[in-house]
Amino acid sequence: MDDIFNALILLSNFVIVPGMAYGSQLAIGALGVTLIYGILRFSNFAHGDTMAFGTMATILLTWALQDWGVSISPLPTALLALPFGIACTVVLLLLTDRLVYRFLRREKAAPVVFLIASVGVMFVLNGLVRFIIGPNDQRFADGERFIMKAREFKRMTGLSEGVAFKTSQGLTIVTAVIVVAALFWFLNRTRAGKSMRAYSDNEDLALLSGINPERVVLITWTLAAALATIAGVLYGLDKSFKPFTYFQLLLPIFAAAIVGGLGNPLGAIAGGFIIAFSEVTVTYAYRKFLAYSIPGDWAPEGLVQLLSTDYKFAVSFVILVLVLLLRPTGIFGGRTAS
Amino acid sequence: MNLTNGNLRPILMFAAMAAALATVGVVQSWSLSLAIMNLCLISAVMSLGVNIQWGYAGLFNVGVMGFAALGGVCGVLIATPPVMAAWRAGGNGIIIALFIALATILAAIFIMKRMPDGRLKKLTFTAVIVAGFFLGRAVFDPAVESIEAIEPAKTGYLGGLGLPILLSWVVGGLLAAAVAWVVGKIALGLRSDYLAIATLGISEIIIAVLKNEDWLTRGVKNVSGLPRPVPYEIDLQQALWFQEWAGYLGATPVEFSSIFVKLCYAGLFTAVLLAVLWLSERALNSPWGRMMRAIRDNEVSAEAMGKNVTGRHLQVFILGSAVIGIAGAMLTTLDGQFIPTSYQPLRFTFIIWVMVIVGGSGNNWGAVLGGFVIWFFWIEAEPIGLWLMDVLTSGMAEDSGLRKHLLNSAAHMRLMTMGLILLLVLRFSPRGLIPER
Repeated sequence: MDDIFNALILLSNFVIVPGMAYGSQLAIGALGVTLIYGILRFSNFAHGDTMAFGTMATILLTWALQDWGVSISPLPTALLALPFGIACTVVLLLLTDRLVYRFLRREKAAPVVFLIASVGVMFVLNGLVRFIIGPNDQRFADGERFIMKAREFKRMTGLSEGVAFKTSQGLTIVTAVIVVAALFWFLNRTRAGKSMRAYSDNEDLALLSGINPERVVLITWTLAAALATIAGVLYGLDKSFKPFTYFQLLLPIFAAAIVGGLGNPLGAIAGGFIIAFSEVTVTYAYRKFLAYSIPGDWAPEGLVQLLSTDYKFAVSFVILVLVLLLRPTGIFGGRTAS
Repeated sequence: MNLTNGNLRPILMFAAMAAALATVGVVQSWSLSLAIMNLCLISAVMSLGVNIQWGYAGLFNVGVMGFAALGGVCGVLIATPPVMAAWRAGGNGIIIALFIALATILAAIFIMKRMPDGRLKKLTFTAVIVAGFFLGRAVFDPAVESIEAIEPAKTGYLGGLGLPILLSWVVGGLLAAAVAWVVGKIALGLRSDYLAIATLGISEIIIAVLKNEDWLTRGVKNVSGLPRPVPYEIDLQQALWFQEWAGYLGATPVEFSSIFVKLCYAGLFTAVLLAVLWLSERALNSPWGRMMRAIRDNEVSAEAMGKNVTGRHLQVFILGSAVIGIAGAMLTTLDGQFIPTSYQPLRFTFIIWVMVIVGGSGNNWGAVLGGFVIWFFWIEAEPIGLWLMDVLTSGMAEDSGLRKHLLNSAAHMRLMTMGLILLLVLRFSPRGLIPER
């Protein structure tokens, strides 16, 4: 009986808990992409680097706070710096909108031109982040590292496997719930949120009803900046901050948004978890799990890893391809596919 | 050619570019100038490929890096000598595993197409995929292990076919075209964003495969010393006729040999560039080219005229990717080595895009000019940026931390500059240096 418990504990330690945290991070990232898509109608390639920028701003203030001895232990100091990071990113995104995208909107440029412009913005942000903080790994997590250590869990339950629950993971999940609840409250209950949804559903009708499009766009960028920064900081706390990794997060984030249906916030959340859990389950080495769950000498010799972790992008990609082939509007139905 | 206003501008621009390269030759060195020019030529071919996709058809390919890398790996697969011991150890296993993979895919497609819809279809489909995966892995893994165990410091991979490296240019184009066909089949005909994201994904995966499949490419251990299509400097320096020639030109044999080799490469690359350019111009000005532009400018009306929009997009996507693949193979040939980690999206995908857009999307001459101008600035921006930073920070104390940081970070200015150039051109001169006619 213990073996079965051990197997389950093992799975939750290496698959379920990390998958939940990673899924929440992807979901918040994908929400930003999907909001911009719904309102501005293009896929924002600069989103990964926006996340990097927001995280960088947060990190810089975190370091300053740590220097001044400000701390909210056991929580990481970065949480205190987060509003500042969000504010910086909002300013940045509004600036890019004013300088780049507003001109294209007035021109009524094709979506693909927006896409290219967002690539240009990505370039600039990428250079900016590397220029300010450098291309290397940065650690900025402090405070209590674990909510529950594997050793304590083992002592409590008497099992030979333990569950380690990191603060960053707990924080991520809690934040994700708060962010999603707040976002949906905003979209469904407030006037501004309703005008956003109206604009997303039918632009002409919204304009006729007197909704100010520039205001809707402004709110959208603000929300996207907040979501990007939160996702970036949570990811950075959980793993570490490296500008290039954030650029690479684009693919799973886009995959999550498309799987759920571009422009559909609920879909983005589901998509985030689908991508995260597929990635984690496919790249996990099941040897020990099978050793517990299969009796006697039947346990396999190899690692029993379906794909090496180097190929985790392939997982997002395969899911993306399947969705494009079978259901291009996404599982929850977003905007039309053509 | 009559030198009306429309034709004069491009000629002047190309002349200015030549003058810039000549200036580098005089101020820095001719060897450097030729090195820059060779990469300019390759960049020009690559940007012609992107121009075929974007300029002719409005397709946004964010996976240029992946297709260039596919071309590049062909340099290894075609030109390096085969490692016989590795073939004996695991060659059969690899081939059988590939056959199993192929059979699985074919069976899956067959089930998708032929079986009646329902739960049984889904079950068989999944069962075939899962069985194929595990069966393939069971053969593949031990084969890989035995191949990589053979002299890992020197080989540890299957090697290539030992054929002339120039052949890899053709094969590289074909391989890139084959992958483009698969990607295009999946992502074309949907929103333009989907192609962008799918190509972004496939390029990341191609690079991941090249980095991690040591049995095929030696992975991060790199393959160096690829055979050359041109003579080696050391042989030239020892040849009597060459020493005489160098003496006649008043240069030392060592110096002249390096220039001579670069000129040989330049000749080869120019031949490819001219061939691709000629074909592209012919295609663009043919009924096919007019149809492509009609589709690009208004898909709905072109479709109403009975044009197969998705089919034509697929065609043009494959053609463009093939050209990018050829350029990728040329690059590996020039480097003489294959380094998977050198494929960075900013260097291989986005710079090429800047080239096309700055040069003038839809105009082949513009794409070529863009390739030259942007590569030139990409290389020269580093000394200029360093110099600029040095001047800007000269007021600060020698040991100031900020000054050190700024000097160290000057390299990242290049990315920012490229992004700014792209945004400025999009905003103020969206038709580029040489606009489409």
